[in-house]
Amino acid sequence: MTWVVQALMALGLFFAVMGNLGVFRFPDVYTRLHASSKCGTTSVFSVLLGCMLAEGLSAMTGKIIAISIFFLITTPVAAHIIGRCAWQRNVLPWRKQKPRSEQS
Amino acid sequence: MAETDLDVMILSLDIVIYSLLGISVLSILRIVFGPTPEDKMIGLNLMAAQVLAILVLVAVKTGRTILLDVALVYAVLGFVGILAIARYFFQGGKQQ
Repeated sequence: MTWVVQALMALGLFFAVMGNLGVFRFPDVYTRLHASSKCGTTSVFSVLLGCMLAEGLSAMTGKIIAISIFFLITTPVAAHIIGRCAWQRNVLPWRKQKPRSEQS
Repeated sequence: MAETDLDVMILSLDIVIYSLLGISVLSILRIVFGPTPEDKMIGLNLMAAQVLAILVLVAVKTGRTILLDVALVYAVLGFVGILAIARYFFQGGKQQ
């Protein structure tokens, strides 16, 4: 059982490193939002799953289940709110080349 | 045998806690240097999620159940804070 918990913790740590690097390094609001929402959700949920398995059946596990259900509901909603705000303020998506209408 | 298992578990929990603390400096830098307000909101959201994970890890490590209630309230307040910032700054929806 210890190996399963350690594997889940390592997975969560890997996704946390990748998500923070993406948020620090990517060039645009939308790409940063992509990295933040997916990697943040996956890393925190796998850490919580590892905590559940490490604790076993107790009163703590029920509270961790409630926290994880709330977290899985609210984090994509918050990401969608941020993306909608950026889209309504006319923030253009990043491109490697400028579109043809702007080049000429 | 059981004592070594417990020691290994506490050591791995410690490693995850301090690594999360170290890696979340990058999202703090994004909060500080973000060019637009949406970038600061993205960094704030990720930082709140990692603080939630750190609180749950500390609660499991030390065996204090009260920290889980703190983590739940922190998650609720983080979500309501993002919602309030979006409503206040950007006037979303059909109000315009």
